[in-house]
Amino acid sequence: MTPETIDRIFIIWKHWLLSYAPAGVQPLFSALLSVVPVLAVFPLLFAITTVLERKGLGRIQNRYGPNRVGPYGFFQPIADGVKSLTKEDVVPRTADQVVHFLAPLLLVAAAFLAYAVLPVGRNMVVANLNAGVLFFFAVGSLVELAVFMAGWSSRNKYSLLGAMRAIAQMISYEVPLVLASVVVIMAAGSLSTVTIVNMQASYTGIWPHWFVFTPWGFVGFVLFMIAATAEANRSPFDLPEGESEIVAGYYIEYSGFKFALFFLGEYLGMFATSGMAITLFLGGWAAPFSFLTWVPSYFWFFAKLLVLIAGFIWVRGTLPRLRMDQLMNFAWKFMLPMTLLNIFVAGAWHFMAAGSVRWLVCAVLIFAPSVLLALGLEKGKKKIAARTYRFAE
Amino acid sequence: MTIPFLILAALTIAGIAAAMYLRNLVHCILALTLGFAGLAALYLQLDAQFVGFTQILVYVGAVAILAVFAIMMTRSAGPMAQPVFSSSWIKGGCVAGAVFAVLAWAIDRSATSLEMLPPQPEVAVRQIGDALMRRFVLPLEIMGLLLTAALIGAVLIAMQEKPEMQ
Repeated sequence: MTPETIDRIFIIWKHWLLSYAPAGVQPLFSALLSVVPVLAVFPLLFAITTVLERKGLGRIQNRYGPNRVGPYGFFQPIADGVKSLTKEDVVPRTADQVVHFLAPLLLVAAAFLAYAVLPVGRNMVVANLNAGVLFFFAVGSLVELAVFMAGWSSRNKYSLLGAMRAIAQMISYEVPLVLASVVVIMAAGSLSTVTIVNMQASYTGIWPHWFVFTPWGFVGFVLFMIAATAEANRSPFDLPEGESEIVAGYYIEYSGFKFALFFLGEYLGMFATSGMAITLFLGGWAAPFSFLTWVPSYFWFFAKLLVLIAGFIWVRGTLPRLRMDQLMNFAWKFMLPMTLLNIFVAGAWHFMAAGSVRWLVCAVLIFAPSVLLALGLEKGKKKIAARTYRFAE
Repeated sequence: MTIPFLILAALTIAGIAAAMYLRNLVHCILALTLGFAGLAALYLQLDAQFVGFTQILVYVGAVAILAVFAIMMTRSAGPMAQPVFSSSWIKGGCVAGAVFAVLAWAIDRSATSLEMLPPQPEVAVRQIGDALMRRFVLPLEIMGLLLTAALIGAVLIAMQEKPEMQ
């Protein structure tokens, strides 16, 4: 088998399976063959990620993590799944039954919809939409509604408080998330994810043309990942479900498999935003060096995805949680001005002649305001004197 | 009149009707969101991708959440006390019927001339951007200015100055 055959193997299989279907049902069968792998692969990745995350956090916190089920505890997700399926599904008596039931379903459905426009390999995308990036952010906004439904229908102060925190945070960070991706749309001149990846899949010497290797692309990538962390409600932005403050936040009144669905939806959202970051900035399925193009394209997508997931786990184990006012100040006083400035820099980059001057000008244009904005966040803060401890004697 | 159109139309109408008839305000908003989503699906069925996704992004994502916040912050979200049908429902029904009759008449009249039009070419997002940035740039800027003024006004109303605190 040649490398091209291995690269196209899933497409070849799909066409082979499709040839057995009668002509009348072929469009439906083709759609099914595109959707079912997505429904199978990403929940599997979720299962693997839970055990990797618990192992990684355990390593950071100097303990073992799960180590009872299977070799090195790697069958832990199966035990978790059996546990959540056999647990009693408790619904509070005063809860709004219908909305309470629909919220996890809407969350998971919205999370899965986002995968429709992610190209996981060469010619491997469920739907190549003309406005693909717009579709991604549109279905992402459905998650907020699901979170509200869960928090409100539970009739619990903690869950309502968690939902309010989550919605306020998601709305605030959705603005920088969208604005950070605008630079790529400007550079590619297209909203189609397939076109954006194709534009990055060429090489100068051995080096790829990924957007992250430009000043505006690098800044855009960093801002995008910060906003993605906040969108996924992950540490250090995990106020909506901060366990020491409001227990589990908006899904406190969910048990059994509905609780697992919330977990699934949250991780699927994280994978989808990471996949979008890969598509926009890290070249999608393109290989990192020109001499590695013989490796199948889908391998590179999932390798990059796993690297970003490892980054998420590392950040979660390292950084403490932000306070609410710090969270909002950071979104509106740092992230938003930086993304707007980045759009300007991307425009300047486009109209300047290629060379080192362009690099220098753009780097200064980004670096100086970022330092000033960071100093502005510090301004007006009272100097806190060293705390004196008083003990009962 | 294809089957997907009929399903989407029924969904949209059911959602908007439920938004008027349900007793709980939050349920009303959730039903209205269903109507918005159905409308977005209808746009998508007409191959208007940009309008369809913007409908979801703005109405389902932002307007519904805004309405929910407004209700939660201004009044209790319990069921209303007054009946679903207002006392003047006959007059209201007459006005609604008249408006519907005029609209239906206008659409019915235009349908005969519409059938002779060639099928519309697919409008790409790029063309919409070109139109907004070239031909309609002045209306766009005026809309932006108007929205900014509204935003500043809202902040001014919401900002409470407390002189006794200083």
